[in-house]
Amino acid sequence: MTNGYHIVVCGSVVPDPLQTLEPIQTPTGPALKNEMMLPAVLDPWAAHALYEAANLASKAAGSNSKVWLVSVGPKAKLQQVMMTIAQRVSFELVPVDSSASGFADAHSTAALLAGTIQAIPGLDRARLLVFGGWESASRGAGATMQLVGERLEILDQFQGVDQLSVQADGSFEVLERIEGGRHQVSVCSGPPALFGWATGNLPEPRNNPQVGMANMRTVMPALQRAKSVPLADGGLHFLSASPPKQQRQTRVVKDMSAEQIAQEIAEWIGK
Amino acid sequence: MSADSSEPSAAVDLQKIDLPKIDLPKIERQEMNVDIACVGFGPATGGFLTTLSHSLLNPDGSVRLESATSPGLPLQVICYERADGLGFGVSGAVTRARGIRASFPGVDLAEIPMAAAVKREKLVYLLDPTGASRRSFSFKVADRLLRSLGFVFGLKHDAFELPYTPPFIQKHNGLVLSLGQFNQWVSDQVAASGMVQIWPGMPVAEPLIEGEAVAGVRLADQGTDLHGHPEAGFTPGMDLHAALTVVGDGPVGAVGRKIDAQLGKPAGHESREWALGMKMVIELREDSGLEPGTVLHTIGFPEPEIFGFLYVHPDRLASVGIFIPSWFRSPVRTAYRYLQHFMLHPYLWRYLEGGTLKSWGAKSLQESGRHGEPFLAGNGYARIGEGSGSTNVLAGSGVDEAWTTGVQLAEAVIELAGQNRPFSRENLEATYVRRRRESWVDKESKIAADARNGFQQGVVTGMIGMAVAGLTGGRVTPAARSAYRKMSSLEEAYGSRTSPAELKQMQEECAAKGTSLHDRIMDRCGWPQIPMDGKLLISHQDALLMGGGVQASPGYANHVIFRRPELCRACETQLCVEMCSGQAITRGEDAVPAFDREKCVYCGACLWNCAADGDGAQGNIDFKAGAGGLHSALN
Repeated sequence: MTNGYHIVVCGSVVPDPLQTLEPIQTPTGPALKNEMMLPAVLDPWAAHALYEAANLASKAAGSNSKVWLVSVGPKAKLQQVMMTIAQRVSFELVPVDSSASGFADAHSTAALLAGTIQAIPGLDRARLLVFGGWESASRGAGATMQLVGERLEILDQFQGVDQLSVQADGSFEVLERIEGGRHQVSVCSGPPALFGWATGNLPEPRNNPQVGMANMRTVMPALQRAKSVPLADGGLHFLSASPPKQQRQTRVVKDMSAEQIAQEIAEWIGK
Repeated sequence: MSADSSEPSAAVDLQKIDLPKIDLPKIERQEMNVDIACVGFGPATGGFLTTLSHSLLNPDGSVRLESATSPGLPLQVICYERADGLGFGVSGAVTRARGIRASFPGVDLAEIPMAAAVKREKLVYLLDPTGASRRSFSFKVADRLLRSLGFVFGLKHDAFELPYTPPFIQKHNGLVLSLGQFNQWVSDQVAASGMVQIWPGMPVAEPLIEGEAVAGVRLADQGTDLHGHPEAGFTPGMDLHAALTVVGDGPVGAVGRKIDAQLGKPAGHESREWALGMKMVIELREDSGLEPGTVLHTIGFPEPEIFGFLYVHPDRLASVGIFIPSWFRSPVRTAYRYLQHFMLHPYLWRYLEGGTLKSWGAKSLQESGRHGEPFLAGNGYARIGEGSGSTNVLAGSGVDEAWTTGVQLAEAVIELAGQNRPFSRENLEATYVRRRRESWVDKESKIAADARNGFQQGVVTGMIGMAVAGLTGGRVTPAARSAYRKMSSLEEAYGSRTSPAELKQMQEECAAKGTSLHDRIMDRCGWPQIPMDGKLLISHQDALLMGGGVQASPGYANHVIFRRPELCRACETQLCVEMCSGQAITRGEDAVPAFDREKCVYCGACLWNCAADGDGAQGNIDFKAGAGGLHSALN
């Protein structure tokens, strides 16, 4: 049985999913137009990981579990996102003032994250669980969390996790997504381990003003102390960048059944 | 109550109607104590928190203003904003920025994203190029005269650029701002100080009123269905007790309106003059020729009563919008379609053609000015910003005035807390209200108080009244403040263009199909079809998705409630449907409007349009604090 977990969640900011993104070329490589002006949210994948971490910490035996959120991103954007996320669950923020660009090199991002995790005071490797979004941090490369785990020499890694259950003997039963809409069930003896979360099963926690008050007493000082660290490009070179092609067609209907609407959408997609 | 008020008026009866009771389980609400609770984050609260956060500590880092709830710490100040982000405010903002500049000495405010110094300002009269505009005889004569003598007046692109912009609307030395980016920038500065906490995405349901005092606020319940019934994860809204509640939740805010309803307003004060502002932020084509800092004010089109604007930001971005005032009495009052016709006017379209929509939004403006001013302070509370009647209706300016009222309250708080004096009515009147009354905000609002009276009689009368009031410093106002005039019926507004039978037929057909009546009538009356281009001229629903990113968080109850269904069934015009900025309110099956909160942009137009169809004071809609809304920070 554990004496509680030390759960480190890796997660950063991304533009609000409702925004229209426009890639542009800059002297330092591709970027998103006016990215600093766009509203941001905690990467939805990482957000699930954070909620799962908080849930696990609250249920773990004893009260010695603790959750850290390691975030690499522009300090101003991190601050904006913390105003929302810090109302939801308890955590200690470990911010690094750097790029959260979707064009960052996954190896460089992983190196920075791993180094930051190793520098957390009092972190107990025997109780360490590293959480992150399955595809977060690199915004789709799907490689960053694996690289973080390798740099931390964590051998037990799980990606696309939807459920983590603590067994009576302290081991974990892990459900990972596999093809065909099914799960692969694994058992892991315990920490240290790394979990790249898919969506999990938990609903988004409600806002809790008391949690927010308590979090903010440490979040703002941490942001004020955050070091600015340039992210190496790792020799990465982009030939081009473009958003996914999309076609929009809107009309208002009031007299169609859900089945009819679904059929029409399927036909439209098939064209 | 405030210094220069007499007896409070009667509370609004409809606000006291008991809505269907929600069968809640026995609730134990969490409670929290702070020193100051702020409701709503806009320019007013921005000014308040900016000023206060600089004064909580001494230069050596010791506590200057000590908390009563957490001894040894500075005042505990917390602010709740219902929108999902602090930069999701909507306003077409060109401002003289006198108060804002004073708060940031030495800071180049043009560094704020999308800010530009005002460089060129014009007042433009737009003629009607469509022949469909509802023009009075005097406007028709003016149009004909200008067209026939166009070579003399310099008529171009169906528009006449006035050679003179009245000083009272000039914004020389001012700033063009994106209010969303400005709010974001201010909140970044304030939050980074670590002195105050600002929480977006958390609606405040109501004030905690104890007798004649406000003792804090109650946050909205979470984990409910659309009707407020508890569901999984039900979390009752917390009671936040505070020595001072700062009400800055705007003109349609639930807390401010509840205080008005329960504690009354100063005798004779009423908020009957409104406008709906709707705007788009457009990325201009590269050769548009518009320079950052360009400001255009327009009159005359798409309807004589509708004013418009175009402000140019840096990086080829422009804010373009219109105001639909409450004294525009046509029941066909769709802001979205009118905005499209406005953009298509030849004078503007030569700039806008080829542009791309980047953002869209709408907002109600409280245009009663001093006549709508509530009690500015009472025991345990103070009102700031637009909801406190600070908007100057003559200058068409509200952001800087709102900011300044927040600064004035902060200065009062610093004075009172520094002397360990309570936030009582008398003390707030002697500090906050006194500062406000002695300031330029109040002096200019007196000049503006009756400037718009003439619009109740007509547009020409109104414009003459504004000009005379502005040029004489408010000493002369040609028109007296008149009694409320009810909205025109469809027959009154369109009887000269179509027959009552045809109107009735259109009404019935639209009701049966659930389609828009205003579109049908505008088509019938000659308004041209909008040539959709998929970039800038897009459907209303596409604007919600592409320009506003509108969404509603699950777990909250509907915030628009139709109090008495029988009144809705008897309502012919259903202005709430016609005026809804997001098409969130539609004609329901049993003639009671249906509300879809996932389309609501929280503009609040339904609230005052419903009232406009009655006696102007009371509506059948309860507009509660709601989560969600626009997700655009460019507005």
